[in-house]
Order: sequence, then C-alpha cells, then structure tokens
Amino acid sequence: MATAQPSSIWQKHAVFEKNSIVLLLGILVAVAIGGLVEIVPLFFLKGTIEEVKGVRPYSPLELAGFNIYVREGCYLCHSQMIRPLRDEVERYGHYSLAAESMYDHPFQWGSKRSGPDLARVGGKYSDDWHRDHMRNPRAVVPASIMPSYPFLEKTPLDYSHIADNMKTLSIVGVPYTQEMIDNAEKDIVAQTSGDAAVAKRYSNAISRDIGGKPTELDALIAYLQRLGTQVDFKLYDDKANIR
Amino acid sequence: MSTHNIKVDDHTGTATTGHEWDGIAELNTPLPRWWLWTFYACILWAIGYWIVYPAWPIPGGFTKGMFGWSSRNEVAQNVAELQQLRAPGVAKLQAASVADIEKNPELLAIARQHGGAAFANNCAPCHGAGAQGAIGYPNLNDDDWLWGGKSADIQQTIEHGIRWDADKDTRSGAMPSFGKDGTLKADEIKNVVQYVRSLSGLPNEGGADLAKGKQIFADNCAACHGAEGKGTQEMGAPNLTDKIWLYGSDTATITNRVVNGGGGQMPAWTGRLDPVTIKALTVYVHTLGGGK
Repeated sequence: MATAQPSSIWQKHAVFEKNSIVLLLGILVAVAIGGLVEIVPLFFLKGTIEEVKGVRPYSPLELAGFNIYVREGCYLCHSQMIRPLRDEVERYGHYSLAAESMYDHPFQWGSKRSGPDLARVGGKYSDDWHRDHMRNPRAVVPASIMPSYPFLEKTPLDYSHIADNMKTLSIVGVPYTQEMIDNAEKDIVAQTSGDAAVAKRYSNAISRDIGGKPTELDALIAYLQRLGTQVDFKLYDDKANIR
Repeated sequence: MSTHNIKVDDHTGTATTGHEWDGIAELNTPLPRWWLWTFYACILWAIGYWIVYPAWPIPGGFTKGMFGWSSRNEVAQNVAELQQLRAPGVAKLQAASVADIEKNPELLAIARQHGGAAFANNCAPCHGAGAQGAIGYPNLNDDDWLWGGKSADIQQTIEHGIRWDADKDTRSGAMPSFGKDGTLKADEIKNVVQYVRSLSGLPNEGGADLAKGKQIFADNCAACHGAEGKGTQEMGAPNLTDKIWLYGSDTATITNRVVNGGGGQMPAWTGRLDPVTIKALTVYVHTLGGGK
C-alpha cells in the first residue's frame, strides 16, 4: 500500500471533522450568515408589515375574547390566514395582510384547518348564531365536528387582570396608551352596556347592551365579530407600500 | 486514528481514511458521480432561480426577478381568469331583471348555480344546507315569509339584513319585551300565550282565560300581528295562525318570547357579496319553492 497525502482544498474538511470546537464555530458562522441574509433585511423592507389604515389594538373586551380563543385552543382547528390563492380568496374574501394580525400576541396564523378559516368571520353571522353555535354547533350546522362550549355562556368574564394584560402588550409594541390602560375595566362595562363611548378610544368598536355584565361567551363573540373587519378593502391599495 | 496511516487499498485502488480498527481499514470512497453532478446542478438551479424570481435583499428593497412575479399579482390574475370564465353568465344576469331571469330557463340555470354556490358558503350556516332552517332561523322552502316572499322583498333582506345595526337601511322592528318591561303581568301573559296557541288550534294548557287573552291580544299585539293574528310582513311580525313556528309552539317558548321580546338578526350582505351574486341569491331563494 502506497501513502497518499491530502492536497487540494476539498480535502481540508478533515479539520472540521476531527475537531468538535472548530466544527461548532463553523456551524455558528454558517447559520449566522443564513440568518443575517434572511432575517435582517425584513427589518428594513417597507413591505414586511404594510402600513394599512384602520388596524387598531383590541378593545379590552375583544382582548379578553382573544385570550379565551387562545385558552380554548381554537387555533388547533381554525386558522386566521387567508392565503393569496384563488380558491381561498373566493371562499373567505380578501387575502390576509400582515398588518391585520400585527397586534396578535401570539399570532393565530396557520395552515391546518379542521374548521374553516376565521380571518374574516366578523359580521358574517349574527351574535345569536354564535351563541347557538357555541352552545351546540350541531344545532345550526348538522354536519359540524366542532366541540360544544356551553360553559362559556355560564361563566362570568373575569377581567380583573385585563389592564395588566394591556400593559404587558404595550411593552411588546401594541400601542395601548396610559389612558386606554387606566380605563380598561370601564371600557369593558361600556362595551357591554350599549355605551358608544368605547368607540372613542377604539374606532368602530361595537357596543351591545347586555347589562354590563359580560360572560366569557360575550367577550369571545365581541372578538369574533371584529375579525377581519378593520381594513376597508375598497380603499386599500395593494401597491402603496410595496417597493 | 490519524492521517499518517493513509494508504491505497490494493484491491480497489482507493485511498483509506487512515482509520483502522483491528486491521480493518476505512476506504475514502469518493461520492458517486451521478450524486455529485446532481448536487452541482441544484446549485446552478438556485442561481437561475435567483435571477428569475424575487430573491435577494438589496438596499431599499429586494431583487424583483426577471418577470416581477409576486403572489399578489398571481392571485389577482387567477381571480381575473375566473371572472373571465364567468363573465358571459354574469353579464346576462346583470342585464336581466329577477323576473326575466326566472322566465328564461337558461338564465335561471346560471342564476341557480351561481346563487347555490353563494348560498352554501354564506347562508347555509344559519338557514341549513337545504334552506330548511333551524330553530330561530327561518325555513326558506315554504311559502311562509316573515319579511315578504316577493323577489324584491328577498333582495332587500339579503342586501340590508334584518336588525343589522351596521346597515342603516336594515329591516328593523322588534317585538317589545312585554314581561321584562312590566307592560303585562304574569297572569295576563299566561292568558295571551294560550290565546295565541289557540289561533293555530293548540290546546289550552293550564286553564287560561282565552276571552281575556283575546282582549289583551287586541290591545297589545294586534298592532303588529294583526287583529286576526295573521302577521304584518312590513314589520316582520309573524303570522300566528299558520302552525309554522320559528322558535317553537310550546307554552314555555311562546311565554319567553312575550316576556323578553326581541327578534333574530341577519347580516347585511351588501359589500361582502357583489350585486350580481346577491341577484343570483335572490333568484335562488325565490325559486326554492315558496317565492311569491
């Protein structure tokens, strides 16, 4: 047997294979380059999150509904992301914009749908329908495989921590003002007693008179009825913020 | 395990890696050619992809690619193609009135197809896949209409909804809450409920005084439901004599309606659905069987 020596650069990989620290540093450099190229530019691209008129933070009642939505794991079966594909746009309406979920923490996107997408369910059904449907989905949609949530309408909404919740969200960038945080509990009562004052701080917030004592179901419905209704697509220009 | 042991294997003519265990050496066999060339081809493909499609971030934006492809343009184009396909039918529906569409079998078929698809997506969750309705949601197959069964009435209902506050032209008018407001007392409600049941031949439960009930009905209910209880479609007040019940005919259900009042809601579809789809839906619902 004759002896062969490594010669070309293609045989230098032996250095990585024989020294775990060198291999680790090599992996870090490779991943860092990938990350820098793929992630950093997004912070500078105007089109990453388009600025779209009309998107506002959730009112305290809607936020409480969002929390229930997350707590009950609705996202396991329902996505909130209409993809820019013909069939989805035909069925659900205009494709979702990043800005429409910019105040969701955590976001509710997804691609697994055991139930329909809910990104534009706001205003599609009446409040009563949602009530009937949550009590027993089969009462209105016989073929439905959704579980029943009858306990929601029997459970009074506990919103004692909603102001803290909003304060926390403001740290991660949701533009809740001090005034909004201070009035959080009052706004929940206003939005459930038909008081239009809530629309001063939260544009287009719908106030319903249900006696100012919301159940968990009322909060969830307030959240659902708001989904996908913030952007007026008659005024929306899909080219305006894409460079 | 070191590099100074690298030898060339006599049988294969391939160098070893220098690893040797109890006399068994590891051959440093090169990657198969076909694999290597596939790998190089993939790299070339990636470069081609960068040129053709949007790929690289550059200051102030990103490379657009040769054809300026974007998912938004693609969906716009796909939807435009779909509309192109539908255009002949849609144009015919647009030009014709609901009455003309129903007289012309060809137009009727187009409208029922177009309207049927929209119904399945938007209306079936409340009114049922076969428009058979559910408790609280009217059956659209029969000839009993709350707000009118003429095509113009149906179109108005679809366009502006029922008690849908976001639409200023919505159909409004809700039953007062006679019990909650204190307008009627408990025994009065008991009498009037049994009188209402008697209008469609249901038995008197609990020995109510029907004559008193009739008087209470004339004083409080007749303004909307009519002196004979046959209802007024302008106000959405249902006919109480026809044995068709939206919420149920049992004493408890009717009592609940009299005590708490109110009425169901239907969303306004203007804006969510385009005018031709609403027209097609009107034809679809009107021709389900009960259209006037």
